[in-house]
Amino acid sequence: MSERNISITLKVWRQKDADSAGAFETYRMESVSTSSSFLEMLDLLNEQLIEEDKDPIAFDHDCREGICGMCSLVINGIPHGKNKLQTTCQLHMRSFRDGDTITIEPYRSKPFPVTRDLVVDRTPMDTIMQAGGYVTQRIGAAQDANALPISKELADKAMDAAACIGCGACVAVCPNASAMLFTSAKVSQLNMLPQGKPEKDRRALRMVGAMDAAGFGNCTNIGECEAACPKGISLDFIARMNRDYAVASVKQFLGMVGSV
Amino acid sequence: MALSGLVLVGFVCGHMLGNLQMFLHSDWINEYAYKLQHLPYGLLWVVRTVMLIAVVAHVITAVMLVLENHRARPEKYVARDTLQASFASRTMRYTGFILFFFIIFHLMHFTIQNVHPEFKDLEVRLEGVSGSHGSLESRTIWGVYDKLSAHGEFPESEALAVHDVYSMVAIGFSPTYWYVSVFYIISMGLLCYHLMHGISSMFQSLGLRNAIWRVRLDRIALVISLVVFVGFASIPVACLTGLIEPITPLVAVH
Ligand code: HEM
Ligand code: FES
Repeated sequence: MSERNISITLKVWRQKDADSAGAFETYRMESVSTSSSFLEMLDLLNEQLIEEDKDPIAFDHDCREGICGMCSLVINGIPHGKNKLQTTCQLHMRSFRDGDTITIEPYRSKPFPVTRDLVVDRTPMDTIMQAGGYVTQRIGAAQDANALPISKELADKAMDAAACIGCGACVAVCPNASAMLFTSAKVSQLNMLPQGKPEKDRRALRMVGAMDAAGFGNCTNIGECEAACPKGISLDFIARMNRDYAVASVKQFLGMVGSV
Repeated sequence: MALSGLVLVGFVCGHMLGNLQMFLHSDWINEYAYKLQHLPYGLLWVVRTVMLIAVVAHVITAVMLVLENHRARPEKYVARDTLQASFASRTMRYTGFILFFFIIFHLMHFTIQNVHPEFKDLEVRLEGVSGSHGSLESRTIWGVYDKLSAHGEFPESEALAVHDVYSMVAIGFSPTYWYVSVFYIISMGLLCYHLMHGISSMFQSLGLRNAIWRVRLDRIALVISLVVFVGFASIPVACLTGLIEPITPLVAVH
């Protein structure tokens, strides 16, 4: 597609800090190159704002190549915008048309409070990871890689789960603000592999427990998370985590899990 | 939610099969109803209690679910859009809410029968399904006719009189009360939607599916929902169109 320039109107959520009330501000941008990325477009807008002596818009970003999971933004009602398998930093202005009005909101959920403008605090996802998103290892020399054979199929599946970059789009898009897709990817990635097996039950109980404690909503299997996920994490991991959790709960009830 | 839903789905399927006997000789449903009403060891009440618990559990978990999910997103998006969410999945709380009132009306209609108290007086004598009395082929699988006529050849006694559920349903759905039939048919449409998402969701929540079974279970859910809709809705439709007619006239009680 050839490069063009388009004019757009932006409705952006502005909020001074977590305690202030926010509101939408409308900005007009003339001749934005369709080759610029969405974040570059926001950079241009910020330069414009700084020149006018106004506060630039705060938004999260880091790698700008779709691997770090830092960028967020709900663009016209969908986190990372409507394109499939893309993060906001991978979204380009060629996906928009001349004259479009684009609404940009922060992720909305109780556990992710807005700290400023479009930036939300995603610490609860770290809390979930700390609850069990690891394998306990003795330190020392690593054993031979081929000492633990893992089938290609299993390795592929675990890798699919591990593709999660923890951006939180699943929470943002879910009508219930549920973090099941994220948590299930992180639980499954380890629970499927032999290295993760010894702590399987404990992991499922602890990570689901941390997720519930953080105040995320409950999954009603609507499937928006899978559709919005920039890494295409499958809903099947949620089924798998539900299974692991159910089995672990029964085992815990029977006193077979030990301290959790 | 999933477990109580499973019980309800099981009941709905069994109930539909039972109801479809309306399309057979009137003795079928009448003997069946008699048999249910005369189950040994108070089993009828055991089943009713289980159903009550399932419905109550389903409603309580549903209310908790909606409240918790509401709390998880105190501030809504201004721009609203969805990627793939089905109509059924987004309206579960509304279809469920209406179905709750359907169940209450339905129980008042045909179980407690206080919508039409005259229904209690509908009685009919079992006659054997083919009309050719007593031969083996003329029996339903419920065996009530045989039991009640056990003493002799074919006594003209009151022993064969049972509650005429066939006529009760036929009158309840007759063109005179067309609005009742319309309400039932609409409710069954809502039930169909509720189950379309509910059945597939149930397997997901219980962790009983994977990449291969996901599509299959979704299709199975769709088929069950449609069969349930057609199965249930066919009865009021048949009564409205005169395909099914009462065999006993309704007499006002007073
Ligand atoms: C058009 C469709 C339906 C028809 C024609 C129908 C018919 C009946 C009849 C005739 C009875 C009473 C039987 C007797 O007293 O001998 C009954 C009972 C009942 N029905 Fe339905 N029904 C329908 C749909 C449903 C649905 C969809 C549900 C549930 C979701 C339902 C739940 C019940 C319950 C809970 C009872 C009471 C069982 C008991 O404790 O006695 N029905 N139905
Ligand atoms: S900025 Fe790293 S994924 Fe978008």
